[in-house]
Formats: sequence, C-alpha cells, structure tokens
Amino acid sequence: MNSLLAQEVPLSWYLLLSALLFALGVIKRNLITVFMSIELMLNAVNLSFVTFAHQWHAVKGQIFVFFVMMVAAAEAAVGLAIIIAVFRARATLAVDRIDLMKL
Amino acid sequence: MHLILFIVFAGFCLAGAINLLLQSHPISSSLSLIVVMTSLAVLYLLLGAEFLAAAQVIVYAGAIMVLFTFVVMLLNAGREERTMGSGVARVVGFPAVVAGLAAVATVILQAQGLGTATLKDGITSTEELSTVLFTKLLLPFEVTSVLILIAILGAVALARHGDGERTAGK
Repeated sequence: MNSLLAQEVPLSWYLLLSALLFALGVIKRNLITVFMSIELMLNAVNLSFVTFAHQWHAVKGQIFVFFVMMVAAAEAAVGLAIIIAVFRARATLAVDRIDLMKL
Repeated sequence: MHLILFIVFAGFCLAGAINLLLQSHPISSSLSLIVVMTSLAVLYLLLGAEFLAAAQVIVYAGAIMVLFTFVVMLLNAGREERTMGSGVARVVGFPAVVAGLAAVATVILQAQGLGTATLKDGITSTEELSTVLFTKLLLPFEVTSVLILIAILGAVALARHGDGERTAGK
C-alpha cells in the first residue's frame, strides 16, 4: 500500500491526454455537437494550463484557466442564442445545410 | 494512488469524449460531455488545483452543460443526419489532425525536464490563488465581468430579435 501511495505520474501523460482530447473535438456535423466539441477543446487546453502551472508552481497559470472558464460561459450564452436564431430561420441543425451567412 | 486515480479518470475522460463523437443523438453527447468535465475536475484536483476543480464542476458541469441540455430540449434536436461530409475534410482534414497529434505527442514524449505529480506536492490553496487574482490581476478580472454583462445583453438581444421578426411576419 505504501508503494501505491508513493507512485508518481509523469506530467507528460497529462499533456498527452490533453492533446488527445483536443484532437477528438473535430468530427461532428451537428451545430450543437460542434459547439460541444469546442467546449471539449477548451477543456483540453485548460488541462495543459493546469499541468504547466503544476510544473512551474505558477499560480498565474491556474488564474488563466479561471479566465478561460468565464469567457467560455459568456461564449456559450451567446453561441446558444445564435444557434436558436439559426434554427428559427432554417429549421435545421446540420452544418452542411447552413452554408450562407445571410439568415 | 495517484497513478490509479489518474488511469481511472483519464479513462473516463477519453471514454466520454469518444462516446460524445459516436452518439448520434445530441442529448447523449451532452451527457457524455458532463462525464468528461467531471473527470477533468478530478484530474485538476490531482494536480493540486483545488479551486479550479470546484469551479469546473460548478461552472462547466453545472451551468454551461445545463444550458446545452436546455437548448437541445428546446430545439427538440433529433437524430443527427449521417452525411459523409465534404471530401476536403476526409482527404486533408483527418490525416492532418492525426499528423498534428503525432507531432505533438513526439514533442511531449521527448521533452526534458517535465516533472512528475504525486498526491502530496504542489497544492495551490484558494487563498494563494485569490491573493494573486485580487491584487495583481484585478483589472482583467473586472474587465471579464463587463464582458459577461455584454454577453448577457447580446444573448437577450438575439433572442428578442427573433421574436420581433416572427410577430412582424404575422
């Protein structure tokens, strides 16, 4: 049990997980799930920030993650309002059908 | 202990992210995104960011995902159409992503000087974080509050605009 408690995880594993999560956020074709993928990518970058903040004992890295969270909340509110407006005008959520800027 | 927790929650994270991509119904995608965000909160806790772990659960898994789920239900978003996508995405996009991921992974694995994380070291207390936030970074913090106010106004304006158009059309 003592050896279990003492085990360490290399920080590069955290960075690899972050890169994997970031790369996974590219495949969807529905407007809402595309937006969710953006949130996934933001979260992946946040994990990198926290990892590097742990590496260099820098508090500012964690504060930057806090700012990213706040901006993501604002972005989600505006983005979902835009999605609702687009859905009212087009009655579809498939990104292939929404190919004109003009509503 | 740290290793076990990391493996379990990193596994949850990846499984949730892959499930997000495989599900064809948006509500399933949003629920698996909640799994991803909650396991990321545990990973933050393992890295000693206790305030961020709490904020991750409250802001992301709480507020933002409730907003997503609400919009999915409001729009009654059904099953996603399986279009095969554009040819450019298949020929250039996916190989580019895989190549980029491989390059980043190579750089990360060859990087020297990256430390390790254990359960006991490097815990940043909320006090420490707030001291820096409210002394050195007070202006950006206040500017962010203005940004959120503008975002709320923008969201309300967008929603109201849609209503006005519809009644004017009638």
